[in-house]
Amino acid sequence: MLAKRIIPCLDVKNGRVVKGASFVSLRDAGDPVESAARYSEAGADELVFLDITATVEARATICDLVARVADEISIPFTVGGGIGATNHISDLLEAGADKVSINTAAVKNRQLITRSAQTFGCQCIVVAIDAKRADGSWLVSIESGRTPTDIDAIEWAHQVEGLGAGEILLTSIDADGHKTGYDLELTAKVSEAVRIPVIASGGAGTPQDIYNVLTAGKADAALAASIFHYGKFSIAEVKRYLAERSVQVRS
Amino acid sequence: MIAVIRYGVGNVKSVLCALRHLGREAILSSDPDEVESASGVILPGVGAFATAMQNLERDGLDSALCRINSADRPILGICLGLQLFFSESEEHGSYRGLGLLSGRVRRFPPGAKAPHMGWNQVRRQKPSALFDGIPDDSFFYFAHSYYAQPDDTESIIGVTDYEGSFASAVARESLFGVQFHPEKSGPWGLRMLANFCHLCE
Repeated sequence: MLAKRIIPCLDVKNGRVVKGASFVSLRDAGDPVESAARYSEAGADELVFLDITATVEARATICDLVARVADEISIPFTVGGGIGATNHISDLLEAGADKVSINTAAVKNRQLITRSAQTFGCQCIVVAIDAKRADGSWLVSIESGRTPTDIDAIEWAHQVEGLGAGEILLTSIDADGHKTGYDLELTAKVSEAVRIPVIASGGAGTPQDIYNVLTAGKADAALAASIFHYGKFSIAEVKRYLAERSVQVRS
Repeated sequence: MIAVIRYGVGNVKSVLCALRHLGREAILSSDPDEVESASGVILPGVGAFATAMQNLERDGLDSALCRINSADRPILGICLGLQLFFSESEEHGSYRGLGLLSGRVRRFPPGAKAPHMGWNQVRRQKPSALFDGIPDDSFFYFAHSYYAQPDDTESIIGVTDYEGSFASAVARESLFGVQFHPEKSGPWGLRMLANFCHLCE
Protein backbone atom coordinates (compact mmCIF):
# COMPACT_ATOMS: atom_id res chain seq x y z
CA MET A 1 0.00 0.00 0.00
CA LEU A 2 1.19 3.51 -0.78
CA ALA A 3 2.60 5.04 2.39
CA LYS A 4 1.83 8.54 3.65
CA ARG A 5 5.00 10.62 3.46
CA ILE A 6 6.71 12.64 6.18
CA ILE A 7 8.76 15.45 4.68
CA PRO A 8 11.06 17.73 6.69
CA CYS A 9 11.61 21.15 5.14
CA LEU A 10 14.91 23.00 5.38
CA ASP A 11 15.19 26.72 4.75
CA VAL A 12 18.43 27.59 3.00
CA LYS A 13 20.09 30.96 2.63
CA ASN A 14 23.36 31.50 0.76
CA GLY A 15 23.85 27.74 0.67
CA ARG A 16 23.47 27.33 4.44
CA VAL A 17 20.58 25.91 6.45
CA VAL A 18 19.07 28.77 8.44
CA LYS A 19 16.05 26.95 9.82
CA GLY A 20 17.00 23.34 9.89
CA ALA A 21 17.94 20.31 11.85
CA SER A 22 19.04 20.57 15.44
CA PHE A 23 20.47 17.09 15.80
CA VAL A 24 22.68 17.33 18.84
CA SER A 25 25.42 15.37 17.14
CA LEU A 26 25.71 17.59 14.10
CA ARG A 27 29.15 19.07 13.71
CA ASP A 28 27.78 21.88 11.60
CA ALA A 29 24.06 22.51 11.87
CA GLY A 30 24.24 24.92 8.96
CA ASP A 31 25.57 22.36 6.51
CA PRO A 32 22.70 21.28 4.25
CA VAL A 33 24.45 18.07 3.27
CA GLU A 34 24.95 16.94 6.83
CA SER A 35 21.38 17.87 7.81
CA ALA A 36 19.99 16.05 4.77
CA ALA A 37 21.99 12.93 5.53
CA ARG A 38 20.73 12.90 9.13
CA TYR A 39 17.11 13.32 8.11
CA SER A 40 17.52 10.57 5.57
CA GLU A 41 18.96 8.23 8.22
CA ALA A 42 16.22 9.23 10.65
CA GLY A 43 13.55 7.93 8.26
CA ALA A 44 12.42 11.01 6.33
CA ASP A 45 10.60 9.95 3.17
CA GLU A 46 11.63 13.02 1.18
CA LEU A 47 13.20 16.40 1.82
CA VAL A 48 12.31 19.88 0.68
CA PHE A 49 14.90 22.64 0.42
CA LEU A 50 13.45 26.10 0.32
CA ASP A 51 15.95 28.68 -0.92
CA ILE A 52 15.22 32.00 0.72
CA THR A 53 18.29 33.76 -0.67
CA ALA A 54 17.27 36.94 -2.44
CA THR A 55 20.33 37.65 -4.53
CA VAL A 56 21.30 37.03 -8.13
CA GLU A 57 24.17 34.79 -7.05
CA ALA A 58 21.62 32.48 -5.45
CA ARG A 59 21.24 30.27 -8.48
CA ALA A 60 24.81 28.98 -8.69
CA THR A 61 24.93 28.47 -4.92
CA ILE A 62 21.74 26.42 -4.83
CA CYS A 63 22.85 24.27 -7.79
CA ASP A 64 26.12 23.53 -6.02
CA LEU A 65 24.18 22.62 -2.87
CA VAL A 66 21.85 20.35 -4.85
CA ALA A 67 24.80 18.52 -6.39
CA ARG A 68 26.39 17.94 -3.00
CA VAL A 69 23.12 16.72 -1.47
CA ALA A 70 22.48 14.39 -4.42
CA ASP A 71 25.93 12.86 -3.92
CA GLU A 72 25.13 12.08 -0.33
CA ILE A 73 21.52 10.94 0.08
CA SER A 74 19.43 8.27 -1.61
CA ILE A 75 15.93 9.59 -0.96
CA PRO A 76 14.10 12.08 -3.18
CA PHE A 77 14.31 15.81 -2.62
CA THR A 78 12.58 18.91 -3.93
CA VAL A 79 14.05 22.37 -4.35
CA GLY A 80 11.96 25.53 -4.28
CA GLY A 81 12.34 29.27 -3.93
CA GLY A 82 12.65 31.85 -6.66
CA ILE A 83 12.35 29.45 -9.60
CA GLY A 84 11.08 31.38 -12.60
CA ALA A 85 12.26 29.80 -15.84
CA THR A 86 12.66 26.42 -17.49
CA ASN A 87 16.45 26.77 -17.77
CA HIS A 88 16.62 27.26 -14.01
CA ILE A 89 14.54 24.09 -13.57
CA SER A 90 16.77 22.21 -15.96
CA ASP A 91 19.90 23.34 -14.04
CA LEU A 92 18.46 22.09 -10.75
CA LEU A 93 17.34 18.74 -12.18
CA GLU A 94 20.70 18.26 -13.90
CA ALA A 95 22.42 19.00 -10.60
CA GLY A 96 20.47 16.11 -9.06
CA ALA A 97 17.19 17.48 -7.68
CA ASP A 98 14.24 15.12 -8.16
CA LYS A 99 11.56 17.79 -8.22
CA VAL A 100 11.29 21.54 -8.27
CA SER A 101 8.63 23.60 -6.59
CA ILE A 102 7.26 26.66 -8.38
CA ASN A 103 5.14 29.25 -6.64
CA THR A 104 5.03 32.92 -7.68
CA ALA A 105 6.24 32.25 -11.22
CA ALA A 106 3.44 29.72 -11.74
CA VAL A 107 0.85 32.36 -10.87
CA LYS A 108 2.46 35.02 -13.05
CA ASN A 109 3.15 32.72 -15.97
CA ARG A 110 0.88 29.69 -16.12
CA GLN A 111 2.58 28.43 -19.27
CA LEU A 112 5.67 27.76 -17.18
CA ILE A 113 3.84 24.85 -15.53
CA THR A 114 2.77 23.31 -18.82
CA ARG A 115 6.06 23.86 -20.57
CA SER A 116 8.16 22.45 -17.76
CA ALA A 117 5.83 19.47 -17.25
CA GLN A 118 6.09 18.65 -20.95
CA THR A 119 9.85 19.04 -20.96
CA PHE A 120 10.77 17.33 -17.70
CA GLY A 121 7.73 15.18 -16.89
CA CYS A 122 4.90 16.16 -14.57
CA GLN A 123 6.29 14.02 -11.73
CA CYS A 124 9.04 16.57 -11.09
CA ILE A 125 6.88 19.71 -11.21
CA VAL A 126 5.45 20.65 -7.84
CA VAL A 127 3.29 23.76 -7.67
CA ALA A 128 3.43 25.43 -4.27
CA ILE A 129 0.27 27.24 -3.22
CA ASP A 130 0.28 29.65 -0.28
CA ALA A 131 -3.30 30.14 0.81
CA LYS A 132 -4.83 32.64 3.22
CA ARG A 133 -8.34 32.58 4.67
CA ALA A 134 -10.69 35.30 3.51
CA ASP A 135 -14.41 35.28 4.32
CA GLY A 136 -15.11 31.58 4.08
CA SER A 137 -12.72 30.92 1.23
CA TRP A 138 -8.97 30.91 0.71
CA LEU A 139 -7.03 33.24 -1.56
CA VAL A 140 -3.60 32.63 -3.06
CA SER A 141 -0.71 34.80 -1.87
CA ILE A 142 2.55 35.11 -3.79
CA GLU A 143 6.07 36.40 -3.15
CA SER A 144 6.54 34.41 0.07
CA GLY A 145 3.07 35.32 1.24
CA ARG A 146 3.70 39.07 1.05
CA THR A 147 1.47 39.78 -1.93
CA PRO A 148 -2.21 38.82 -1.82
CA THR A 149 -4.08 37.95 -5.03
CA ASP A 150 -7.76 37.46 -5.74
CA ILE A 151 -7.21 33.90 -6.97
CA ASP A 152 -9.30 31.28 -5.19
CA ALA A 153 -6.86 28.68 -3.82
CA ILE A 154 -9.07 25.66 -4.48
CA GLU A 155 -9.84 26.79 -8.01
CA TRP A 156 -6.11 27.44 -8.56
CA ALA A 157 -5.26 23.92 -7.33
CA HIS A 158 -7.69 22.52 -9.86
CA GLN A 159 -6.17 24.67 -12.60
CA VAL A 160 -2.55 23.75 -11.92
CA GLU A 161 -3.50 20.09 -12.16
CA GLY A 162 -4.91 20.78 -15.64
CA LEU A 163 -1.80 22.74 -16.58
CA GLY A 164 0.37 19.71 -15.84
CA ALA A 165 1.56 19.93 -12.23
CA GLY A 166 2.42 16.55 -10.74
CA GLU A 167 1.95 17.51 -7.13
CA ILE A 168 0.72 20.38 -4.95
CA LEU A 169 2.56 21.74 -1.94
CA LEU A 170 -0.17 23.51 -0.02
CA THR A 171 0.73 25.93 2.77
CA SER A 172 -1.77 27.61 5.02
CA ILE A 173 -0.37 31.06 5.75
CA ASP A 174 -2.74 31.40 8.71
CA ALA A 175 -1.53 28.19 10.34
CA ASP A 176 2.14 28.45 9.38
CA GLY A 177 4.45 28.96 12.33
CA HIS A 178 1.75 28.60 14.99
CA LYS A 179 2.26 24.88 15.73
CA THR A 180 -1.44 24.50 16.49
CA GLY A 181 -2.26 22.15 13.63
CA TYR A 182 -2.68 22.28 9.86
CA ASP A 183 -5.67 23.95 8.23
CA LEU A 184 -7.64 20.71 7.85
CA GLU A 185 -10.57 22.27 6.04
CA LEU A 186 -8.39 23.88 3.38
CA THR A 187 -6.29 20.73 2.93
CA ALA A 188 -9.34 18.48 2.60
CA LYS A 189 -10.97 20.84 0.09
CA VAL A 190 -7.86 20.98 -2.10
CA SER A 191 -7.30 17.21 -1.82
CA GLU A 192 -10.87 16.60 -2.95
CA ALA A 193 -10.57 19.07 -5.83
CA VAL A 194 -7.61 17.33 -7.52
CA ARG A 195 -6.38 13.87 -8.53
CA ILE A 196 -2.69 14.62 -7.98
CA PRO A 197 -0.92 14.19 -4.63
CA VAL A 198 -1.18 17.00 -2.07
CA ILE A 199 1.55 17.77 0.46
CA ALA A 200 0.15 19.69 3.44
CA SER A 201 2.26 22.37 5.06
CA GLY A 202 2.01 24.88 7.86
CA GLY A 203 1.05 24.36 11.46
CA ALA A 204 2.50 21.02 12.60
CA GLY A 205 3.17 21.06 16.33
CA THR A 206 2.51 17.46 17.41
CA PRO A 207 2.28 13.97 15.88
CA GLN A 208 -1.47 14.28 16.27
CA ASP A 209 -1.51 17.31 13.97
CA ILE A 210 0.24 15.22 11.34
CA TYR A 211 -2.19 12.35 11.91
CA ASN A 212 -5.12 14.73 11.50
CA VAL A 213 -3.93 16.22 8.21
CA LEU A 214 -3.23 12.77 6.73
CA THR A 215 -6.69 11.47 7.72
CA ALA A 216 -9.32 14.24 8.09
CA GLY A 217 -7.23 16.55 5.87
CA LYS A 218 -6.89 13.80 3.21
CA ALA A 219 -3.30 14.84 2.44
CA ASP A 220 -0.87 12.40 0.84
CA ALA A 221 2.12 13.81 2.67
CA ALA A 222 2.87 16.11 5.57
CA LEU A 223 5.62 18.69 5.45
CA ALA A 224 6.95 19.97 8.73
CA ALA A 225 9.80 22.16 9.86
CA SER A 226 10.10 23.21 13.49
CA ILE A 227 8.57 20.06 14.97
CA PHE A 228 11.63 18.19 13.72
CA HIS A 229 14.24 20.92 13.68
CA TYR A 230 14.10 21.64 17.36
CA GLY A 231 14.10 17.99 18.27
CA LYS A 232 10.67 18.09 19.90
CA PHE A 233 9.62 14.91 18.13
CA SER A 234 11.65 12.58 15.98
CA ILE A 235 10.48 11.28 12.62
CA ALA A 236 10.44 7.78 14.15
CA GLU A 237 8.12 8.97 16.93
CA VAL A 238 5.74 10.53 14.42
CA LYS A 239 5.76 7.40 12.27
CA ARG A 240 5.14 5.17 15.28
CA TYR A 241 2.20 7.37 16.30
CA LEU A 242 0.76 7.09 12.79
CA ALA A 243 1.34 3.34 12.48
CA GLU A 244 -0.37 2.70 15.83
CA ARG A 245 -3.41 4.46 14.38
CA SER A 246 -3.40 2.40 11.18
CA VAL A 247 -1.90 5.06 8.92
CA GLN A 248 0.43 3.32 6.45
CA VAL A 249 3.96 4.65 6.75
CA ARG A 250 7.30 3.42 5.46
CA SER A 251 9.03 1.58 8.26
CA MET B 1 32.28 -0.98 -15.63
CA ILE B 2 28.58 -0.12 -15.72
CA ALA B 3 27.30 2.24 -18.40
CA VAL B 4 24.41 4.50 -17.43
CA ILE B 5 22.72 5.62 -20.62
CA ARG B 6 22.33 9.36 -21.03
CA TYR B 7 19.66 10.22 -23.59
CA GLY B 8 18.37 13.60 -22.56
CA VAL B 9 15.62 12.59 -20.20
CA GLY B 10 15.40 13.66 -16.58
CA ASN B 11 17.65 13.14 -13.65
CA VAL B 12 20.13 10.39 -14.51
CA LYS B 13 22.78 11.79 -12.21
CA SER B 14 21.21 10.16 -9.14
CA VAL B 15 21.84 6.70 -10.59
CA LEU B 16 25.48 7.54 -11.12
CA CYS B 17 25.74 8.98 -7.59
CA ALA B 18 24.22 5.81 -6.13
CA LEU B 19 26.66 3.57 -8.03
CA ARG B 20 29.61 5.67 -6.90
CA HIS B 21 28.26 5.52 -3.37
CA LEU B 22 28.48 1.74 -3.70
CA GLY B 23 32.07 2.08 -4.87
CA ARG B 24 31.26 0.90 -8.40
CA GLU B 25 32.88 2.22 -11.49
CA ALA B 26 30.27 3.75 -13.74
CA ILE B 27 30.10 6.11 -16.67
CA LEU B 28 27.37 8.22 -18.21
CA SER B 29 27.30 7.60 -21.93
CA SER B 30 25.25 8.15 -25.05
CA ASP B 31 27.80 6.45 -27.31
CA PRO B 32 26.48 3.05 -28.50
CA ASP B 33 30.00 1.58 -28.78
CA GLU B 34 30.92 2.63 -25.29
CA VAL B 35 27.61 1.29 -23.96
CA GLU B 36 28.12 -2.03 -25.76
CA SER B 37 31.58 -2.48 -24.30
CA ALA B 38 30.33 -2.12 -20.71
CA SER B 39 29.80 -5.18 -18.51
CA GLY B 40 26.29 -4.02 -17.69
CA VAL B 41 23.92 -1.26 -18.71
CA ILE B 42 21.42 0.84 -16.80
CA LEU B 43 18.65 2.60 -18.72
CA PRO B 44 17.24 5.20 -16.34
CA GLY B 45 14.82 7.95 -17.23
CA VAL B 46 11.78 9.95 -16.35
CA GLY B 47 9.60 11.93 -18.72
CA ALA B 48 7.79 11.23 -21.94
CA PHE B 49 7.93 7.83 -23.67
CA ALA B 50 7.84 9.10 -27.27
CA THR B 51 10.65 11.64 -26.78
CA ALA B 52 12.77 9.07 -24.97
CA MET B 53 12.33 6.54 -27.77
CA GLN B 54 13.17 9.16 -30.41
CA ASN B 55 16.35 10.08 -28.53
CA LEU B 56 17.43 6.44 -28.25
CA GLU B 57 16.88 5.95 -32.00
CA ARG B 58 18.65 9.21 -32.86
CA ASP B 59 21.77 8.06 -31.02
CA GLY B 60 21.63 4.47 -32.26
CA LEU B 61 21.14 3.28 -28.71
CA ASP B 62 17.98 1.29 -29.52
CA SER B 63 19.84 -1.23 -31.67
CA ALA B 64 22.76 -1.28 -29.22
CA LEU B 65 20.37 -2.25 -26.42
CA CYS B 66 18.85 -5.01 -28.58
CA ARG B 67 22.32 -6.40 -29.33
CA ILE B 68 23.33 -6.25 -25.65
CA ASN B 69 20.13 -8.09 -24.76
CA SER B 70 20.71 -10.75 -27.43
CA ALA B 71 24.23 -11.24 -26.08
CA ASP B 72 22.59 -11.86 -22.68
CA ARG B 73 24.51 -9.09 -20.97
CA PRO B 74 22.75 -7.52 -17.96
CA ILE B 75 20.47 -4.51 -18.54
CA LEU B 76 18.49 -2.75 -15.82
CA GLY B 77 15.66 -0.44 -16.82
CA ILE B 78 14.48 2.05 -14.22
CA CYS B 79 11.04 3.73 -14.37
CA LEU B 80 10.69 4.97 -17.97
CA GLY B 81 13.66 2.69 -18.77
CA LEU B 82 11.53 -0.34 -17.84
CA GLN B 83 8.60 0.98 -19.87
CA LEU B 84 10.80 1.38 -22.96
CA PHE B 85 11.55 -2.39 -22.91
CA PHE B 86 7.96 -3.11 -23.99
CA SER B 87 6.46 -3.29 -27.47
CA GLU B 88 4.25 -0.23 -27.20
CA SER B 89 2.98 2.59 -25.01
CA GLU B 90 -0.33 4.39 -24.95
CA GLU B 91 1.25 7.56 -23.49
CA HIS B 92 -0.19 10.48 -25.51
CA GLY B 93 -1.09 8.23 -28.47
CA SER B 94 0.42 4.92 -29.47
CA TYR B 95 4.18 4.58 -29.69
CA ARG B 96 6.48 1.68 -30.41
CA GLY B 97 9.04 0.74 -27.75
CA LEU B 98 12.21 -1.36 -27.88
CA GLY B 99 10.19 -4.59 -27.95
CA LEU B 100 12.60 -6.49 -25.71
CA LEU B 101 9.53 -7.66 -23.81
CA SER B 102 6.07 -8.11 -25.21
CA GLY B 103 3.35 -5.99 -23.65
CA ARG B 104 1.86 -2.53 -23.35
CA VAL B 105 2.48 0.52 -21.23
CA ARG B 106 -0.82 1.86 -19.91
CA ARG B 107 -2.06 4.78 -17.87
CA PHE B 108 -3.66 4.35 -14.48
CA PRO B 109 -7.46 4.38 -14.97
CA PRO B 110 -9.35 7.70 -15.06
CA GLY B 111 -10.20 8.77 -11.54
CA ALA B 112 -7.04 7.24 -10.12
CA LYS B 113 -4.68 9.61 -8.39
CA ALA B 114 -1.69 10.06 -10.72
CA PRO B 115 1.27 10.27 -10.55
CA HIS B 116 1.54 7.28 -8.24
CA MET B 117 3.99 9.15 -6.05
CA GLY B 118 5.83 8.01 -2.96
CA TRP B 119 6.91 4.86 -1.16
CA ASN B 120 5.06 1.64 -1.87
CA GLN B 121 5.71 -2.04 -1.26
CA VAL B 122 6.92 -4.60 -3.77
CA ARG B 123 5.53 -8.10 -3.30
CA ARG B 124 7.81 -10.79 -4.65
CA GLN B 125 6.29 -13.09 -7.27
CA LYS B 126 9.27 -15.36 -7.83
CA PRO B 127 12.89 -15.56 -6.75
CA SER B 128 15.30 -13.21 -8.49
CA ALA B 129 18.93 -12.32 -7.84
CA LEU B 130 17.89 -8.67 -8.08
CA PHE B 131 16.13 -9.00 -4.71
CA ASP B 132 18.93 -10.90 -2.92
CA GLY B 133 19.00 -9.94 0.75
CA ILE B 134 15.99 -7.62 0.43
CA PRO B 135 12.98 -8.51 2.60
CA ASP B 136 9.69 -9.19 0.82
CA ASP B 137 7.23 -6.24 0.90
CA SER B 138 10.04 -3.69 1.28
CA PHE B 139 9.21 -0.08 0.38
CA PHE B 140 10.60 1.55 -2.76
CA TYR B 141 10.11 5.04 -4.17
CA PHE B 142 7.73 5.45 -7.13
CA ALA B 143 6.90 8.49 -9.31
CA HIS B 144 4.93 7.54 -12.44
CA SER B 145 1.56 7.80 -14.15
CA TYR B 146 2.00 4.85 -16.54
CA TYR B 147 2.78 1.21 -15.84
CA ALA B 148 3.77 -1.82 -17.90
CA GLN B 149 1.45 -4.73 -18.55
CA PRO B 150 3.60 -7.66 -19.72
CA ASP B 151 1.97 -10.28 -21.96
CA ASP B 152 4.15 -12.93 -20.40
CA THR B 153 3.20 -13.03 -16.72
CA GLU B 154 6.21 -15.29 -16.15
CA SER B 155 8.41 -12.20 -16.51
CA ILE B 156 6.80 -10.53 -13.48
CA ILE B 157 9.05 -10.82 -10.42
CA GLY B 158 7.35 -8.20 -8.24
CA VAL B 159 3.97 -6.51 -8.02
CA THR B 160 2.71 -3.42 -6.24
CA ASP B 161 -0.80 -2.54 -5.10
CA TYR B 162 -2.10 0.72 -6.51
CA GLU B 163 -5.47 0.97 -8.20
CA GLY B 164 -5.45 -2.81 -8.22
CA SER B 165 -1.97 -4.22 -8.71
CA PHE B 166 0.65 -3.77 -11.40
CA ALA B 167 4.00 -5.30 -12.39
CA SER B 168 6.60 -3.24 -10.54
CA ALA B 169 9.57 -5.51 -11.28
CA VAL B 170 10.17 -7.72 -14.32
CA ALA B 171 12.98 -10.00 -15.45
CA ARG B 172 13.79 -12.27 -18.34
CA GLU B 173 17.22 -13.83 -18.39
CA SER B 174 19.63 -10.91 -18.00
CA LEU B 175 17.04 -8.22 -18.64
CA PHE B 176 15.69 -6.53 -15.50
CA GLY B 177 13.25 -3.69 -15.11
CA VAL B 178 11.85 -1.87 -12.10
CA GLN B 179 9.12 0.75 -12.11
CA PHE B 180 10.40 2.31 -8.89
CA HIS B 181 13.65 4.23 -8.38
CA PRO B 182 16.21 2.07 -6.54
CA GLU B 183 18.61 5.04 -6.57
CA LYS B 184 16.08 6.98 -4.50
CA SER B 185 14.89 4.15 -2.29
CA GLY B 186 17.29 4.30 0.65
CA PRO B 187 19.27 1.24 1.82
CA TRP B 188 17.12 -1.41 0.07
CA GLY B 189 17.36 0.46 -3.20
CA LEU B 190 21.13 0.64 -2.90
CA ARG B 191 21.17 -3.08 -2.10
CA MET B 192 19.25 -3.74 -5.32
CA LEU B 193 21.74 -1.71 -7.37
CA ALA B 194 24.58 -3.62 -5.68
CA ASN B 195 22.83 -6.89 -6.63
CA PHE B 196 22.63 -5.73 -10.23
CA CYS B 197 26.32 -4.74 -10.25
CA HIS B 198 27.13 -8.19 -8.91
CA LEU B 199 25.27 -9.75 -11.85
CA CYS B 200 27.42 -7.68 -14.20
CA GLU B 201 30.71 -9.01 -12.87
